[in-house]
Amino acid sequence: MLTNEIVKQKLVEKFAEQVTNFGEPYGMLTFEAPKEMNLKVLNFLYDDERLKFRFLTDICAVHYPDQKGRELAVVYHLHNMQDNIRVRFKVFTDIEKPDVYTATGLFSAANWMERETYDFYGVKFTGHPNMKRILNVEEMNYFPLRKEYPLEDQARIDKDDEMFGRE
Amino acid sequence: MEVKPGIQEVDPFPGTVHQTPGGGILLGKMDQVINWARSNSLWPLVFGTSCCAIEMMSAASAKYDWSRFGFEVARATPRQADVIIIAGTIVNKMAPVLKRLYDQMADPKYVVAMGACATSGGPFFYNTYSVVKGADHVIPVDVYIAGCPPRPEALIHALITLQEKIKSGMTREQIRMSAPAIQPDGQKRE
Repeated sequence: MLTNEIVKQKLVEKFAEQVTNFGEPYGMLTFEAPKEMNLKVLNFLYDDERLKFRFLTDICAVHYPDQKGRELAVVYHLHNMQDNIRVRFKVFTDIEKPDVYTATGLFSAANWMERETYDFYGVKFTGHPNMKRILNVEEMNYFPLRKEYPLEDQARIDKDDEMFGRE
Repeated sequence: MEVKPGIQEVDPFPGTVHQTPGGGILLGKMDQVINWARSNSLWPLVFGTSCCAIEMMSAASAKYDWSRFGFEVARATPRQADVIIIAGTIVNKMAPVLKRLYDQMADPKYVVAMGACATSGGPFFYNTYSVVKGADHVIPVDVYIAGCPPRPEALIHALITLQEKIKSGMTREQIRMSAPAIQPDGQKRE
């Protein structure tokens, strides 16, 4: 039976100090690696006889405007179908140079997911066969889910906060 | 059915029957007969972009059964459709597609904007990066329906309203062609 402890142990055995920030929010093993390492880690998780994380559930990004030099996180969700265990893997990148290696060589499903991540956060996946917008119009010249575009105009007065569960 | 003040009830059937030996002759104006025929066989285009389409499907299926009023032949191609029901949100990427669908429909053609999104952008009116704030920015709309989403009864009411509109007058093209009309540049037509 594969557990989070075994996964963590195998990762540390293989990558030593390269893998950091281990945590288990809501029971799901989460860790981080340098962005240059992302394919090495994904390949190891895929190929290892014990780990077999061979299903890519999702790729997405998160924007942390306050973390200088590591503003964008690219998050990979992987699933081991045989042991039914999941893992969350993050790499961080500078927003000025948001280049991350593509995972399309390993997972065909990464193609559209990476295009979506590029569309909304502007992460450029190096080596992607078709790196262009997927959901928004191609003429769009910004990345709408970055934090400089607030979810809602904070100056609005026509909404009663009480109705939305906010104080 | 009173749709709007000022538009009076139109006769359910155009013309009058003149009794003659061995049967009768129907007399009526050609325009009225054509409008009557058009309004009773409106074929909608199968077009739904979000949850309003679910209500539209409900209106089409057995419980509400819009075929009672002549809308049963939903067409999967705009070339065979008379009315496009914009059932859902129109996003910037969909706008040129909607315009092309409308252009492909044969005249006379009608448009129903179903629900808040198609009318004004609705819940996506504020702080959006992708939604067209009203389908009438893209194509002309004949009937608007309020609701989010509107119930099937509201859709059927809107379609009956459209029928009344067709029966009570000329098509957009006929109005435009009826001289003398002021042109957009201010000059009178010949």
